[in-house]
Amino acid sequence: MVIEGLLYTKDHEWARIDADVATIGITDYAQQMLGELVFVELPDVGKQCAGDDELAVVESTKAANDIYAPVAGKVIEANDELEAQPELINQDCYNAGWICRLQITDVKSVESLMDSKQYEEYLAGL
Amino acid sequence: MKLIFEKSAAGRRGVRTAPTDVPRISIRTDLLRQEPANLPELSELDVVRHFTELSRRNFGVDNNFYPLGSCTMKYNPKVAEHIASYPGFADLHPLLPQLRMGGMLTQGALRVLHEIDLLLREITGMARFTTQPLAGAHGELTGMMIMAAYHREQGNKKTTVLIPDSAHGTNPASAAIAGYRVVSIPSNENGVMDIETIKQHLNDEVAGLMLTCPNTLGLFNPHVKDICDLIHSVDGLAYYDGANLNAIVGKARPGDFGFDILHLNLHKTFATPHGGGGPGAGPVGVKKKLVPFLPVSVVTKRDDGTYALQYDRPKSIGYIAPFYGNFGVVLKAYVYILMLGKEGLRRVAENAVLNANYVKEKLKGHYRPAFDRLCKHECVFTISQRMAQNGIRAVDIAKALIDKGFHPPTVYFPTIIAEAMMIEPTETESKETLDSFIDAMIEIAEQAENEPEKLKAAPTTAVVCRPNETAAAKNLNIACS
Repeated sequence: MVIEGLLYTKDHEWARIDADVATIGITDYAQQMLGELVFVELPDVGKQCAGDDELAVVESTKAANDIYAPVAGKVIEANDELEAQPELINQDCYNAGWICRLQITDVKSVESLMDSKQYEEYLAGL
Repeated sequence: MKLIFEKSAAGRRGVRTAPTDVPRISIRTDLLRQEPANLPELSELDVVRHFTELSRRNFGVDNNFYPLGSCTMKYNPKVAEHIASYPGFADLHPLLPQLRMGGMLTQGALRVLHEIDLLLREITGMARFTTQPLAGAHGELTGMMIMAAYHREQGNKKTTVLIPDSAHGTNPASAAIAGYRVVSIPSNENGVMDIETIKQHLNDEVAGLMLTCPNTLGLFNPHVKDICDLIHSVDGLAYYDGANLNAIVGKARPGDFGFDILHLNLHKTFATPHGGGGPGAGPVGVKKKLVPFLPVSVVTKRDDGTYALQYDRPKSIGYIAPFYGNFGVVLKAYVYILMLGKEGLRRVAENAVLNANYVKEKLKGHYRPAFDRLCKHECVFTISQRMAQNGIRAVDIAKALIDKGFHPPTVYFPTIIAEAMMIEPTETESKETLDSFIDAMIEIAEQAENEPEKLKAAPTTAVVCRPNETAAAKNLNIACS
């Protein structure tokens, strides 16, 4: 499932851009590939990230995967609910399963992301 | 099966000690436990039966085929075990060579450490080895600490280490613990790291590269020498992860490719036992310019032909393990190398590669190979489209193999292949064994395509069938009672 209006990376992160704030999560494809999540390591609020920097870690019984920052920014909020309930990402990856919010520091870094149509095409080619 | 605690009966004893004639002393009450320790109470026979029953549930390479990819679960020759149990080796106290005159009582053991260094140099093309690291990942960390020591000595300000996305997870962990930031390099469409991608990530910040070759897809990187040259062009060091040396041992030497540091997994390539706790051994070899940084102590041969431990090495990164590493493991690997010799080691690589390609060719009509071309010591498959449509996953195939009497291959690694199954047969398996494994895999493939529900229930013959892995990871309970 791919949601219209979100932006996507090749590493299967999504970003919802609202003015200069980006909400970040992982896509339905990513959560299906990982299987049931058992642990999420959230970023510290205040952390500065360049685009592509490691932002968080999600761990399932299969693998631990780094989540990269889709855009450059500063972490202003993290979804603490995930610490007790990592399965929120499996249940509702685009809403309740959001990972963190970034204050975008480099608007240009948004331009390299895919829209939903491009991401769907990218998925079809995998 | 009951836990040993559940078999406990109050007052039952295995051994009754004689009444003591040592005077009682009083111990401060705050140092005494308030309640008796919760220990099981059993007879000697209860204990013997308990542990014998447990041991019969174990599965090892001595039971049957164990194609766990990237682990090189080859047969461990019993002659090496026999020699390692000689009292002259097994009963040595590790402090002995450090005591006055003790060195003369341990000349045989020191000679083994010296000679395996010489043998590993010849096998890999490196200038000198330390046998101290206690396992592969410990060797990686030792190697990365040597890399950092080199750059400090050179006055280099280096911050990053390049690692391909197909690497073992221990590589980025070792680089990070040694203080570096890891830059993950994507594999190209042929499953290996390519020159152009390296060039894009190459700059003066690069301290070095960590590369497994052949990689975890069983693919040899044809550009490995050029990659090492590129790393050297920014005064970086090239690290060779020897986990997959079994594919090229006796055939090609990482030192000749241009690698500056490497570790070997003696418990993989050199046939010492591992799995379920090992212990392993991860000797690290370096090129000449890095020899001063090796951990202390090193064994040297003096002019009079005797062997001694040398500690006076001011540039050394210091101690990384107590004493001389897992000496018994090093000794078994030494026996293995001498037993096989140059010709034998070559045949190891030849047959390991032949066996992996045989399995790949026989199974490729039933499972999808990740890369359908010549592989080295291991091959990676994924499930067919039809299996995926049936809701079958790699884990279902793995579980079904347990019912057929085989240890499953590695699954879900390397992570760049979805539903990966990584099969490493090793050279020690006969064609008959490989054929029976292939038959089992084909039967399972047919079931996965036509009767998927049956497969999802597997294994049905094991003591524990499908543990809830998610619950186990989330609600960890390791209390004994």
